[in-house]
Amino acid sequence: MQYHAPTSVDDALRLLAAGNGNCQILAGGTDLLVRLRSEMGDEPESILDIKRIEELRTITPEAGGWRIGAAVSGAEMGEHPALVADWPGVVEAMNLIGSTQIQGRATLAGNLCNASPAADSVPAMVAAGAMARIAGPDGARDIPVSEVPTGPGRTSLGKAEFITSIYLPPRPEGGGDAYLRFTPRSEMDIAVVGCGVALTLDGAGICISARVSLGAVGPVVMLVEAGAGALVGTEVDDAALDALAAACSDAASPIDDKRGTVAFRTHVAGVLARRAASIAKTRAGGAS
Amino acid sequence: MALDRKTGTAPREFKIIGTRPARPDGIDKVTGRARFGADMSAPGMLVGRVLRSPHAHARIKSIDSSAAEALSGVHAVVTRADFPAPGEDVADILDNCMAGEKALYDGHAVAAVAASSAAVARQALKLIKVEYEPLPHVTDVDAAMAVDAPALHEGRANETVPDGHSPNVMARHAFGHGDIEAGLAQADRVLERSYRTEATHQGYIEPHACLASMGADGQADLWCCTQGHYMVRNTCAAILGITQGQLRVTASEIGGGFGGKTTVFLEPVALMLAKKTGRPVKMVMSRAEVLRATGPTSSSSVDIRLGMTSDGRITAGFAELRYQGGAYPGAPVDMGAMSAFAPYDLENVRTIGWDVVTNRPKAAAYRAPGAPMAAFAVESAIDELARDLGLDPLEVRLKNAAREGTRASYGPTYPAIGLEATLRTARDHPHWSAPLGPNQGRGVACGFWFNFGGDTCVSLNITPDGTVNLSEGNPDIGGSRASMSMMAAEELGIPYDKVRTVIADTGSLGQNEVTDGSRVTFAVGLATIEAARAAKREMCKRAAQVWGIDEEAVIWEDGAARPSGPNAGEHPPMTLADIAAIASNTGGPIAGHYEINAEGAGVSFATHMVDTEVDPDTGAVTILRYTVFQDAGKAVHPSYVEGQFQGGAVQGIGWALNEEYIYDDNGILQNAGFLDYRIPVASDLPMIDAVILEIPNPGHPYGVRGVGETSIVPPLAAIANAVSAATGTRMSDLPMSPPKVLAAIQAR
Amino acid sequence: MSKIHVTTTINGDPVDFLCDPGETLLDVLRDRLGMTGSKEGCGTGDCGACSVTVEGRLVCSCLMLGAEAEGREIATIEGMADGETLHPLQRKFIEHAALQCGICTPGILVAAKSLLERNPDPTEEETRYWLAGNLCRCTGYDKIIRAVMDAAKDMREAS
Repeated sequence: MQYHAPTSVDDALRLLAAGNGNCQILAGGTDLLVRLRSEMGDEPESILDIKRIEELRTITPEAGGWRIGAAVSGAEMGEHPALVADWPGVVEAMNLIGSTQIQGRATLAGNLCNASPAADSVPAMVAAGAMARIAGPDGARDIPVSEVPTGPGRTSLGKAEFITSIYLPPRPEGGGDAYLRFTPRSEMDIAVVGCGVALTLDGAGICISARVSLGAVGPVVMLVEAGAGALVGTEVDDAALDALAAACSDAASPIDDKRGTVAFRTHVAGVLARRAASIAKTRAGGAS
Repeated sequence: MALDRKTGTAPREFKIIGTRPARPDGIDKVTGRARFGADMSAPGMLVGRVLRSPHAHARIKSIDSSAAEALSGVHAVVTRADFPAPGEDVADILDNCMAGEKALYDGHAVAAVAASSAAVARQALKLIKVEYEPLPHVTDVDAAMAVDAPALHEGRANETVPDGHSPNVMARHAFGHGDIEAGLAQADRVLERSYRTEATHQGYIEPHACLASMGADGQADLWCCTQGHYMVRNTCAAILGITQGQLRVTASEIGGGFGGKTTVFLEPVALMLAKKTGRPVKMVMSRAEVLRATGPTSSSSVDIRLGMTSDGRITAGFAELRYQGGAYPGAPVDMGAMSAFAPYDLENVRTIGWDVVTNRPKAAAYRAPGAPMAAFAVESAIDELARDLGLDPLEVRLKNAAREGTRASYGPTYPAIGLEATLRTARDHPHWSAPLGPNQGRGVACGFWFNFGGDTCVSLNITPDGTVNLSEGNPDIGGSRASMSMMAAEELGIPYDKVRTVIADTGSLGQNEVTDGSRVTFAVGLATIEAARAAKREMCKRAAQVWGIDEEAVIWEDGAARPSGPNAGEHPPMTLADIAAIASNTGGPIAGHYEINAEGAGVSFATHMVDTEVDPDTGAVTILRYTVFQDAGKAVHPSYVEGQFQGGAVQGIGWALNEEYIYDDNGILQNAGFLDYRIPVASDLPMIDAVILEIPNPGHPYGVRGVGETSIVPPLAAIANAVSAATGTRMSDLPMSPPKVLAAIQAR
Repeated sequence: MSKIHVTTTINGDPVDFLCDPGETLLDVLRDRLGMTGSKEGCGTGDCGACSVTVEGRLVCSCLMLGAEAEGREIATIEGMADGETLHPLQRKFIEHAALQCGICTPGILVAAKSLLERNPDPTEEETRYWLAGNLCRCTGYDKIIRAVMDAAKDMREAS
């Protein structure tokens, strides 16, 4: 196995192209190193550490939104007040992953590329309408975050591509977002269910747009159109929240596993959606 | 104050016992200098690793290690064929360390390799070809008792098992007295209910580790983290076919054990690899190996029948307990059956325990082994009947509480015990009357543990400069060097910091029983005090010699020999340091020894009280408040007594709420890591209030009772009672994980 | 397998070492540099016993490659005391009996020090959440939390 630490995206792309498809990107490493050590794991031919690429280490304002480099840690996001003010749900989701120690290393892009259906940051990013910038041999391209994971552990990225940044769009006037997950312990757990809600209220407190997403209740994070439909046009009142909860429970198609049952996940998807929407509403300036 | 009944002296004021000095190993442990199992290295050391079965149950048809042995850097491969045929007493232990004809559980060791590096060792394991014939398996205790269940062993049931049972049933244990049916007939209300608990792991943070070396002459040295290095020596010597005297075992610092380090797993394998290679071999388990292949506790299935009068008198108690102990006989169901009703004074009581094997790792001891599951069932049933009858669950327990003179359900008659004191203190504590909010519930439960004594040997040596070295043979798992130094200092009348206690290797002392059964502060403490008394007698003799008076005319008081009695004459006191300084001229070095198979450990009781809040929409349980009331006999170092209470309570919280072994349909463990084997984290918990009661143990010079284990016995039921109160539905199946609690709420 | 030469700083000392590309920083510390104060309890970032700081940031050394340490400032438990003078957290852990077996203690001390550098006056809840990634099986955390908060108080009063 080889270890490379390129200092530019171009160098990284050259190494990736030369890697015969058996090259692993190392950002925070909190998933990759666990895989490397597992008894079953086959070693990759090389590891490409992208943390020495300066442009991937920054959070920069861009067109009213935020561009978050692929090597930025969760702790760095949490320590960025302006980012937290705009997208508290996304930052909270990222900060829920693992311990303080994990936060010192784990990245938004890494959480996305690990392609776990239970990834905490992904439902929040999907609700926020985040875009992933992908560098590849043919240049950079931008795709919605929701199009990156294609199944558990699988992504739509080509062998010679990698994510360089995540873009969070401008927070709309009257916008608010939230992410909640359910775990048996208060920390150090994988989401049994996760739910992201981003919504926008008009001056009268009526919801004019909404995006609702669920994690850990299907092979990939899902956007629940019916959940958004239950909120739009309402004051996000109890009736709307009931409809949202029902829509989310309907949309959930989970499995039984060591972390939860179908019945539990289906029910809790609705519970979390209701609670997350209430928080998002408050953050959007709505009456609580 | 405690009455020194053994010597008949009056109640005494202690100078050091009951204070909270800094522990002697403190600085080493806060600076990273303390050396644990994996922290030792040796020149020329090889790395050992184990190949483990991927099957829950399989016949091992062949093992081909030729490709592994041919790999550069590989020095030896060991399989069962390398070990001599074992004696009966270690046959199961060896088979658990290295499978023979069959792999009996997921993770069972089938081969091991010693290589020049971890990377080579790992590569070598992949080159060992094992041909398995998978067999049907069973992991559930009730399923394993079915007559047509897949059998792990044939013909191994002992004579207590009646005909007609599954070959997986290894033993039947029965205890009790009186007439259950007659007692139930006197009851105003009879409860029959079944309870289940899942297997949990001790969850010590330090994985098993050892460093072995062995010469061609059979002389061997072993460094390892263990609760009992004398046990390791005896077991490994028997397995390897060497004498106990040839093998010296040194206990490293131990990073937690809770009973899980009271047997061997890697040690015989490391010694065999060292023997074959002629090189030191170090072996360290991964966390996944710890969970898959060391000794969790039993899972259990328990039926209770309990009768109560409308004023809360228990008329009869019956429990049938079924524990699976993994792949070999020895589930702690005997102790479950003995302890189930131990807190109560019952006319009619009977318990039957069934020891069952399954395709799981062999259960090891876990803090009060067998007792928490039994208490979960009994204490839940008492709570349910009390609530059904509109009675206060604390008052019901007080009404039925065992006290001095009570004939225990498992046979003996109790001397002075502390159960009533814990119950009364709990009743009068502000926690019991504090208000509760919506979705909140409060639970109480009692717990019992026997406490052990056993073989103990200490040596106390007075140095020429008047300080004291105490050598004992029990690994210090939670501060026992501090308590031994305190007891020695107290007895000798010298400052605490003049005593240094070390854990001696197996070459330095006689046999010492494992650090288990909450025995160390009691038994090693007793031996320490007696060794100090022996040293004092010798020092009095030396003083008498100097003064030219009779030995009988010298007493030891406040750290010095003093003349005493009408004919002793006037002599200035001689301190320990004075006597030590001239020891060479008065007969040579001064030491005290004590060797005993200690009895009189003194049983221990606790009452726990807990408030929980249940999220009615998700079933999530939050522990809001927790108070432990336990009898310590005499708390030598109260901070570490509190620590035992708190730690046991929190392990119980984990057991009650989230910890469990999860097997899939193929008998493969699904959660072999700290991510999904969910032990409590700091943010899950409130402070744990610890109330120490002191009802002196008549069997110890200072009144000490063991305190380590009782604290894990009540929490399972206390929390279940609290959650049942919060939800209005009875929780009888552990762990009370959110899906189970939510389902119970929805079915209400 | 060719080894990588890494130059780094550990507890203020210049250090260089050779390591395999897949070797973790924890393996390097323990097996190559003889710094066994950092412990391996899980190897998967779930127990925190291997906690160190890198450029002042708390991480699990089992989830970082040794090669990544190139040019970085690493701090471990071995660098926490100043010669004979214990750090206030180390003193308070002994005073409060905040350790029983002591295997988790180095990681918890490193993590707690990192907390107090960022937040000199943490609440109990903040302390519990910051330390949620440091498993302790002996103490039930009670005395650990008290020791950290008491050390914070002493450090505030001393500053």
